[in-house]
Amino acid sequence: MLRRVLRLASGRALVARALSTRRGGSTPGEDRDGKVSEIKKKIQSILPGEPWNPLYDTSHLPPERSDVVIVGGGVLGLSVAYWLKKLENRRGAIQVLVVERDHTYSQASTALSIGGIRQQFSLPENIQLSLFSANFLRNINEYLAVVDAPPLDLQFNPLGYLLLASEKGAATMESNVKVQRQEGAKVCLMSPEQLQNKFPWINTKGVALASYGMENEGWFDPWCLLQGLRRKVQSMGVLFCQGEVTRFISSSSHMKTTSGKEVTLKRIYEVHVKMDHSMEYQPVECALVINAAGAWSGQVAELAGIGKGPPGTLQGTRLPVEPRKRYVYLWHCPQGPGLEAPLVTDMSGAYFRREGLGNNYLGGLSPIEEEEPNPGNLEVDYDFFQDKVWPPLAQRVPAFETLKVRSAWAGYYDYNTFDQNGVVGPHPLVVNMYFAAGFSGHGLQQAPGVGRAVAEMVLEGHFQTIDLSPFLFSRFYLGEKIQEHIII
Amino acid sequence: MAAPRTSLRLVAAIWSTRGIHGRGGAATPEGSQKKGKTLLQFLSDRFYDVEFLREYFLQRQMLKVHQKNRSFTHMVEQYGPYIVGACFILDQGGMVKFQNNDWIGPKERGRFALEFSKFQEVSVEAVDASGCAINYEGLDNLLLLRNLQSLSLRHCPHVDDWCLSRLYPLASSLQELSLAGCPHISERGLACLHHLPNLRKLDISDLPAVSNPGLTQILMEEMLPNCEILGASWAQGLNVEPEEQPQDKASPVHV
Repeated sequence: MLRRVLRLASGRALVARALSTRRGGSTPGEDRDGKVSEIKKKIQSILPGEPWNPLYDTSHLPPERSDVVIVGGGVLGLSVAYWLKKLENRRGAIQVLVVERDHTYSQASTALSIGGIRQQFSLPENIQLSLFSANFLRNINEYLAVVDAPPLDLQFNPLGYLLLASEKGAATMESNVKVQRQEGAKVCLMSPEQLQNKFPWINTKGVALASYGMENEGWFDPWCLLQGLRRKVQSMGVLFCQGEVTRFISSSSHMKTTSGKEVTLKRIYEVHVKMDHSMEYQPVECALVINAAGAWSGQVAELAGIGKGPPGTLQGTRLPVEPRKRYVYLWHCPQGPGLEAPLVTDMSGAYFRREGLGNNYLGGLSPIEEEEPNPGNLEVDYDFFQDKVWPPLAQRVPAFETLKVRSAWAGYYDYNTFDQNGVVGPHPLVVNMYFAAGFSGHGLQQAPGVGRAVAEMVLEGHFQTIDLSPFLFSRFYLGEKIQEHIII
Repeated sequence: MAAPRTSLRLVAAIWSTRGIHGRGGAATPEGSQKKGKTLLQFLSDRFYDVEFLREYFLQRQMLKVHQKNRSFTHMVEQYGPYIVGACFILDQGGMVKFQNNDWIGPKERGRFALEFSKFQEVSVEAVDASGCAINYEGLDNLLLLRNLQSLSLRHCPHVDDWCLSRLYPLASSLQELSLAGCPHISERGLACLHHLPNLRKLDISDLPAVSNPGLTQILMEEMLPNCEILGASWAQGLNVEPEEQPQDKASPVHV
């Protein structure tokens, strides 16, 4: 009886309220839905299993502790996260947090890359990394398979790279190709006559030798790889946070080496992650930090105190990675090279490749040291194309004398000023910071291999599949350059 | 697994028409997407055991394909490359034709096994691997057949662009190639066929992953001038405007 009265009363009250709001002009349905969802949210937060946040919503903040914090959510950071979760010995053993400052990836080198993959390097380690990555990309739908998600289409174009050499570079090219063949890359050398037969649109003046990759070389869509890795890594339980790392809090311990020298070893135990457009930050307790911040790895390393010390000592050796701006131009040439055109790299450093079926071409050139553009912004300089890129390309491919530039964009190389090769592995003094950065334009094609190497270093303590010990940080202090000669 | 899954889908449809938050049967676009989710997906999202089982079955399927494509190259010293390659194709369910002999198919394998010693030096002329589960690793075995003249990979579900980039060792002898109906081949893989200058007949019809079949046909014909390319007609994919009768303004209008 009482219940029936209450129900009637509430019913009448609802009707009364509805009538009054209708007179007010606003639609009652929307108001009621909004209030209902708010009440639902409050009830859900009280129920067990949900975080108890009575005062304010903290769902945008990262968790308070995480085993591994990966600074940088580009292809290298996600690759490290993937291999860490794949190689852990028990499901759910390691908690990984990926901190990415820009979730739109508007300045990330990965998204702005032209997506090439080649085995034509001079260092054996680079060749092995690239072969491993080609294997990974070929079987990407087995590695990154998520139940119920559609398979990934990387749009891989297996046409290979064609590198041209003049008289004075021919001997180096031959020895490089020998090293590449030893490591298992399928590269063939061509004389100018063979080159002219195969690709009649090339002008072979000045070319003494050409090396052509037959298998596992080409270009693909880096955005697809990034999204595929992100999706798989989220399904494996890795947490993502959009924020910027502003501070590392570390503890130090003073120890003596065997020769009696004093050494200060630091260990990062907290990472401060600051949210976008606010002063709010979350201190995340962590056991390991992986620096995969690409072009900004140098800045992140400085936050950890790497490089703060008298120059010439290990404390004073900074991470020599800085952002360098590179332009990519897209042009249309109606009589240009046909469907079989590989990614051609001239002796001058100018390169181009075909894009799609419609006679559009992408290309660019890495400027010399003295003419490096200012990396402060990503504005494109079209005069650079007119003065520096177009002349060598038009000389090499006469059809390019008539072309029309459609658009262009700029992106960053995470340039290692020391020897243009990546830095992988732990820092000798800040013992729990691992690097995976500084790949100077070939990071995308080596990302799966490097991710696996860093994961093995973290989990096992040494490299297992590919030995990347020449890529450790200590080479900057010891002055041992491992120069990569073929940089595009 | 097919029959149980369809009945489960019916169950899911009944569930979602009732509406999850009691908002009634209003036809919203979100509502139709929820109807598409099967019971199995619903359980997968909520129970680790179901998710793990589904991942396990997926991995097992992939393992089966790998098993079929395991390498036979260790047998080459004993039997010669032609027999090993032929055995691989017959194992997959394809057909093989030795030089100056008839086609040998999988059901005639018993006869083949008894007479294999006489085929040791005879090269394989043609291979019909239609519908076989050959993938990139399996091509290791196929590429042992150096003097192959005709290769048919129609409706092979695992042949993709990477596999086409591997066909260049057959450049000196391959004259006929058929890729009709392969779901993973796109124009990027077809561009690799420029390594095969002796190709005379190429069939690229019915390739769903090729974005523009007509334009691809034209570009392929430019790339391989001596080859007859069957497949798309150049007008495929063009939007044909409805033909308009030319208006004759000079003639008087008849009422």
